[in-house]
Amino acid sequence: MTDATVPQNVAPPPAEVEDVELYHAHSWITKYVFCQDAKVIAIQYAGTAITVGILALVLSWLIRLQLAFPGAIPFIDATVYYQSVTMHGMIMVVYMLTAIFLGGFGNYLIPLMVGARDMVFPYVNMLSYWVYLIATLVLVASYFVPGGPTGAGWTLYPPQSILTGTPGHEWGIILMLVSLVLFIVGFTMGGLNYIVTVLQARTRGMTLMRMPLTVWGIFAAAVMALLAFPGLFVAGVMLLLDRTLGTSFFMPSLVELGERKDYVGGSPILFQHLFWFFGHPEVYIVALPAFGVVSDLISVHARKNIFGYRMMVWAIIAIGVLSMVVWGHHMYVSGMDPWFGFFFAVTTLAIAVPTALKVYNWVLTLWHADIHFTTPMLFALGFLVTFVNGGITGLYLGNVIVDVPLSATLFVVAHFHMVMGIAPVLVIFGAIYHWYPKITGRMMDERLGKIHFWITFLGAYAIFFPMHYLGVLGMPRRFYEMGETAFVPASAATLNIFITVTALAVGVAQAIFFYNLFRSLKYGAPAGGNPWRAASLEWQTPETPPGHGNWGKHLPVVYRWPYAYSVPGAPEDYLPQNAPPVAGEHSP
Amino acid sequence: MTAEHVTTEHAMTEQTLRSRLLGVVADWSSDQRSFKSASWGKAMMWIFLVSDTFVFSCFLISYMTVRMSTTVEWPHPSEIFALDIGGKKIPLILIAIMTFDLITSSGTMAMAVNFAYARERKKAAILMLVTAFFGAAFVGMQAFEWSKLIHEGVRPWGNPFGAAQFGSSFFMITGFHGFHVSVGVIFLLIIARAVWRGDYDVGRPGFFTSRKGRYEIVEIMGLYWHFVDLVWVFIFAFFYLW
Repeated sequence: MTDATVPQNVAPPPAEVEDVELYHAHSWITKYVFCQDAKVIAIQYAGTAITVGILALVLSWLIRLQLAFPGAIPFIDATVYYQSVTMHGMIMVVYMLTAIFLGGFGNYLIPLMVGARDMVFPYVNMLSYWVYLIATLVLVASYFVPGGPTGAGWTLYPPQSILTGTPGHEWGIILMLVSLVLFIVGFTMGGLNYIVTVLQARTRGMTLMRMPLTVWGIFAAAVMALLAFPGLFVAGVMLLLDRTLGTSFFMPSLVELGERKDYVGGSPILFQHLFWFFGHPEVYIVALPAFGVVSDLISVHARKNIFGYRMMVWAIIAIGVLSMVVWGHHMYVSGMDPWFGFFFAVTTLAIAVPTALKVYNWVLTLWHADIHFTTPMLFALGFLVTFVNGGITGLYLGNVIVDVPLSATLFVVAHFHMVMGIAPVLVIFGAIYHWYPKITGRMMDERLGKIHFWITFLGAYAIFFPMHYLGVLGMPRRFYEMGETAFVPASAATLNIFITVTALAVGVAQAIFFYNLFRSLKYGAPAGGNPWRAASLEWQTPETPPGHGNWGKHLPVVYRWPYAYSVPGAPEDYLPQNAPPVAGEHSP
Repeated sequence: MTAEHVTTEHAMTEQTLRSRLLGVVADWSSDQRSFKSASWGKAMMWIFLVSDTFVFSCFLISYMTVRMSTTVEWPHPSEIFALDIGGKKIPLILIAIMTFDLITSSGTMAMAVNFAYARERKKAAILMLVTAFFGAAFVGMQAFEWSKLIHEGVRPWGNPFGAAQFGSSFFMITGFHGFHVSVGVIFLLIIARAVWRGDYDVGRPGFFTSRKGRYEIVEIMGLYWHFVDLVWVFIFAFFYLW
């Protein structure tokens, strides 16, 4: 046996494109406000998303207060209740989760992780944020127009969303639709950037199969978003025309308040198809980046390479493809040819295969690993448990015969909050604790972080776990108040009070996180360049926080995948992606 | 041709197909770029066009759906889109001219791309202006068609000829396409000016982006323009001929 093995990873080929011409900001305004640097845009995106997210959190309190103490708070009448439900849902799904994962983490991490100086079109990237901001302002503006925001539910189903009797049918629905159309325009500009940067602007040696799974998740989500948002765009434009010009795309002939409306011959089901053609992929647009981030958190904090990297990538792609053909499972109760129901149930259940594969691989990564229970790791583990829980209830709801009785109950609310509410939010928190040192150069406080984790994680379970039970009892969702309902026992009301009190407490406890976030800016322990001893490229920048252009004079050269942990024979227990090959190394 | 000839030819094509597939795999397994010959701008435009295809597809599928869902009879396109010329009703004559106009503009656009790469600035700029003129003429004819139909009483919410969805879909789809053409015309004019002045030879920074442009922008513009033409062919087939 020879010990002088030739390194498998020979030097990568020379650069194919010349280094980019960077735009250098000269004034405070172009440096921090109308900025073209992806890192600043990322923070703008995340800041805006978190701000509207807090608004949506407060709205959820209003919903919960009404459900637990019906009529106790005078200003929460039926109108305010339905407006809160609608705005809470729409803000959380679109303006918070989508924006923070793709606009926030996507902008910050993609260029750093693939070894680029910036996004490929920094100017378009900047426009993307400003259009997003305008969309958000238009949405919030609906609180200041006559009639207030729309109360049609976040799905905005016609005919009810534009008829009198639905709160906000005067202006709220118009502003909501305009805001969504703007959001899609802004997002398209950003999404093109993320995709082209990943495909065309990687550094030397960075093959697609050497990208961190975070990048894979964000990339797949961006592709899906560009294919799915057109459905919402078209639905939004057509509903806007129905509302403002009196067209009948979605509106059948109907009588309202004893008066026959002018609408004739439209198809309300068409709206549902278009909406859910966007709406279902949207779930995975939020989930795939979370999958990616959590893979990286687990690998770094367990000091072990991710188990089955290639299969993890293919699972992301398989989930992305499958999720485009399952939208009908949101419409089982709308009436559907049984064969379609069969088709959509099969595709829906098939998604469980690649998803389960990912869960097994996360668990196998943890198997016999050197697990460090840091705050990011705790959040990653919290995600695993929550996601499995939400995924399993998803299998129930994917079946037509189980879905039909459960569809209009709190069971569905519990399911989707577990799987696409709590699970991604836990990942967002974990990701912030993980990358905060790179963004600011300082560590967040670990003790406060752990307190924050346990309150959030246990609290979220206390809120949503009992909700499954309420749903199985038959307690309907979306109802303003229950009144006298024979099949709902009195104990359900007690449980509702428990859920509400917990929700208020967990919401308030997020102040710990914000205190930690802002305090650490000044008083956090200096982090150095690579506090977690992570191998992926974003931790190897010459400066921390990374400067304009990210990499100083020369772009990094990549020799291996981002998961080279506990490599035998290496000087430390990890090998950065850009460290030259060592003898006997077998990293992909 | 002998049988032996055919087999070798068959084997040859199979060989080239195989090597081409392997080439794609090699490109996607490589570092730096997945599309080796595409610049960032070109890749972005192609991906944007895929997304825009989904938008137009959703519009056209929605139009087909409401055409099925409506209970009122659909107006007859060849009668509605007919012009009185010399006392005779000629069906679809305006649409035929519009389609011809737009397809011609694709030809001039392709020539502009060719001359831009040959660095014949003036010829390229003039051909882009001709393209823009055809585009503007198309939008003008569309405006004429719209005003004719509005004059005859067609509105987005109803019309005297039949199903209300006819007017709704017509104004929405042709309007959205016309918007695409108008945006194209504006960008053609901006780029034609830059080509004419030689901005891409001297590396003058762009007004908004503060970055140097390249002649490739003409080709990227061309991609968009051909796409808008192609979409028109589908609108023509599904809306006017059906």
